[in-house]
Amino acid sequence: MKFQLKNILAVVAIAFALFSCSDNKDTTPTINELDGLTKFKEITNTSHTIELYTHAGALEQGYNEISLRIKDNASGQYVKNATISWVPMMHMMTMTHSCPKSEVEKTTTEGTLYEGNIVFQMAQNATEYWDLKVDYTINGTAYTATSVIDVPASVKQRVTTFTGSDNVKYILAFAEPHHPKVALNDITVGVYKMESMMSFPIVDNFKVKIDPRMPSMGNHGSPNNVDLTQSTSDKLYHGKFSLTMTGLWKINLQLLNTSDVVLKGEAITDLVPASSIYFEIEF
Amino acid sequence: MKIKLQAFLMLFFISIPLFAQEQTKDSLVPKTLQEVIVIGNKAQLYQKQSKSLATIDDYLQKSGKVEMIKRGGYAWEPIINSMATERTLITIDGMRVFGACTDKMDPITSYVEVSNLSEATVTSGQQGGCHGATIGGSIDLKRNRSGFLNSGWDTSINSGFETNSNQKIIGTALNYAESSFYVDTDLMFRDADNYTAGNNQEVLFSQFKKFNVSGTSGFSFDKNKLVEASVIFDKATNVGYPALPMDVSLAEALITSLKFEFVPKAEKITSELTLTNWETKIYYNTVTHRMDDTKRPFVPIHMDMPGWSDTYGYYSKIKGVFKNHHFLADLNSFYNRSVAEMTMFPSDPNESLMFMFTWPDVRTLYNALFLEDNIVLNCHSSLKFSTSIAHHFNKVSSQLGLESLQIFYPNMKGTKSSILKSITANYSYDLNGFQYGLGLGYGERAPSVSEGFGFYLFNSFDRYDYIGNPELKNEKSVEGNAFLGYKNKKMSTKISSSYFHISDYIVGKPDATLIPMTIGASGIKIYTALDYATIFNTDLNVDYQLNTEIKWSGQLVYSYGKDHENKNLPFISPLRYSSSFIFKRNKFSYEIAVHGNATQTQYSPFYGEDRTPDYAILNFASSYSFRWDKSKWNVGAGVENILDTYYSTFSDWNNIPRKGRNFFLNVSFGF
Ligand SMILES: [Cu+2]
Repeated sequence: MKFQLKNILAVVAIAFALFSCSDNKDTTPTINELDGLTKFKEITNTSHTIELYTHAGALEQGYNEISLRIKDNASGQYVKNATISWVPMMHMMTMTHSCPKSEVEKTTTEGTLYEGNIVFQMAQNATEYWDLKVDYTINGTAYTATSVIDVPASVKQRVTTFTGSDNVKYILAFAEPHHPKVALNDITVGVYKMESMMSFPIVDNFKVKIDPRMPSMGNHGSPNNVDLTQSTSDKLYHGKFSLTMTGLWKINLQLLNTSDVVLKGEAITDLVPASSIYFEIEF
Repeated sequence: MKIKLQAFLMLFFISIPLFAQEQTKDSLVPKTLQEVIVIGNKAQLYQKQSKSLATIDDYLQKSGKVEMIKRGGYAWEPIINSMATERTLITIDGMRVFGACTDKMDPITSYVEVSNLSEATVTSGQQGGCHGATIGGSIDLKRNRSGFLNSGWDTSINSGFETNSNQKIIGTALNYAESSFYVDTDLMFRDADNYTAGNNQEVLFSQFKKFNVSGTSGFSFDKNKLVEASVIFDKATNVGYPALPMDVSLAEALITSLKFEFVPKAEKITSELTLTNWETKIYYNTVTHRMDDTKRPFVPIHMDMPGWSDTYGYYSKIKGVFKNHHFLADLNSFYNRSVAEMTMFPSDPNESLMFMFTWPDVRTLYNALFLEDNIVLNCHSSLKFSTSIAHHFNKVSSQLGLESLQIFYPNMKGTKSSILKSITANYSYDLNGFQYGLGLGYGERAPSVSEGFGFYLFNSFDRYDYIGNPELKNEKSVEGNAFLGYKNKKMSTKISSSYFHISDYIVGKPDATLIPMTIGASGIKIYTALDYATIFNTDLNVDYQLNTEIKWSGQLVYSYGKDHENKNLPFISPLRYSSSFIFKRNKFSYEIAVHGNATQTQYSPFYGEDRTPDYAILNFASSYSFRWDKSKWNVGAGVENILDTYYSTFSDWNNIPRKGRNFFLNVSFGF
């Protein structure tokens, strides 16, 4: 039995040596609230400068998480107690309209950063553009600042606008993941309806069915996807989708209302290779 | 019932369809080594058989226990007792080597050459468990070595040509031996075009090119200690696999080892205990495999599928005698890393490449202790026990690969560990030429890398994509075996059988809810376990010396394999037979042989099989040896498949046809 004991000890020892070097990437709590953010715009009025940030350092068509902070031009200090709202506005040839957007809230109570999200359902072009109006109140005094912003078209489809079978105009926007992996990924999507040119509220208690496919490879799918349902906390729709390899994936969608009636989108079959509403992911 | 396939060693002019000479090992009184003697005489290549430059696959196929799955003209996959790679164990001088191909295009036997080897030992069932866990049995390929023969320089040149496939073979061997040192080197090159099946039908993509070089060098000191270093480098390029949708642009292996052998001088430790031999080897091998579809006329999407397998290992084996017990203890271990990936190229070059791990960098650590005791009961009977216990550990070390598998198994952990046990008991009796033996065994094996961790492995046989299953249990086998033989001056006959009842038998099961990845695949199969399967094999070998010049040999093999629902298992041979007459006079020998299979009626549509018709082929071979000046020559010539029969066997992948008529010429000379 001595041999065996030695053997087991050897197993343990070698196993430790070979397999225990897992990397601990504990992110130490950082004081820098701008970590990972890049400034893409400054909007200045006589009293303040509003700095706008995103992870990518730019906006694009689709769902955008935007952070901002307000600098007092006189003192150079960042304002910590503002109440902020914003109005993005598309100036088209014949009309103007807004888009789905969230409230603007403070990122941390102690910090200077505020955040929210805006879904640009269309991109700018040579004659049509977006601007952003930021209204804010500091110690009872109201201010405003407006500037044109750059919203180029996204390379891959990240937002889709359509009229459902109930004659309501809907917008579906892909929010997450930012970095899809060959894995079972969590997916977050915003579902909005267009009530008016200025009002795009979140739709409640619908369902979004997903079917990721690879059109470049015989349109094969992936297993164990979980259809999206609305979360009570952030009001966005959450589900899971698996990507079995890198490359270009088409996330085919179907939007179902509270009675499970399909408002838009088709199930994928041999004859129907793609749904009329979809997102694209390439990595 | 240890069976030794001596095909390589024999000064015995048997030819292609002949079965190998099988012999029971001298189990009664294992020879006690008095000093370091390297086992295995380096027989000249031409002394082996008339088609001395046949492939290893051809040699192995002669055993009644071995069959070959053929995907083309090259790199056949051995199956032992109707069981393929996962359930068997193939070693080179006790070393574990693992192929780097997810599609089993590179069995271990494809990385060696006949010139590297002196013999192959085929062992059935659990008795083959000395070098690792197995269910069906094992093949140990033994390296050629001169030993300390004091024979000086020895050079030989081997060349061959085959008309079918236009195969050219050239090789050299250069050996030097003295009483305390030897070095053996050999080199072999083969180059073959497409072969043609019967009726002149060319089998496209059946070409190959293979280069093999090897060296072994031993040094003895103190008369009882030996150090031996050995290396094999094998490189095959442009290998076609007509039965598969892809070919191979490169299959390369470097196999190295360092051995230390010790024969205790003081024979007796106590009055009754003697240690006879202690052998320790450390080894390393690395295998690279690159599949290639660029030469195929129609591919829906081009893919790069490289694979790598690196193995580090050692064993330490001690033999001794205590009273009437001849015992052996073997402590062995290996660490393997298997990685395979797939990159697909979309037709739009601006699109991102599609990448996945098909083997997610799986590390395997295996540690085992094997013990054997051979008890001599009396002068004609003995009882052998063996047991082993092993720890088998797997880890998926690619994070991407692990997360890929977690798509299917969200709770999967990256590691898996299990204990593998094995135990056997065999009784054998031998008196006045009459011999019989009975044995029982139990053994376990862990799932292979593909079975446990494979990711979308396309099987072109049943046309399913296979997904590994990390939750598989170990396969467990209970076996029984028996043999009966009789030998006298004129004849030798032996029938041997083995029966396996394998629980948690691992197979792929279709999952209709999943969509295949491979374009054109029928669906996805997930590796899962059947309750059990049963496999039975029996083979009869007869040799009969008609007169001093003519000998008749016959072989009959029957196999049977069913699952728990009485459905057929795949790759179960139909009744197969061979019959040959060998005529020998002076330095000439001729041989005529028939080789055939009955119709395969027990086929398995579930695993992609269809009924294979019966066939029989006729072969002729001759050889002549002579001396010229100081050189020794051997010329072998013959015709295989004389009638140019068009046929395929039960183990031909996707029914690709076998070679049609083939004339061969082998010329060897040594000086
Ligand atoms: Cu391969």
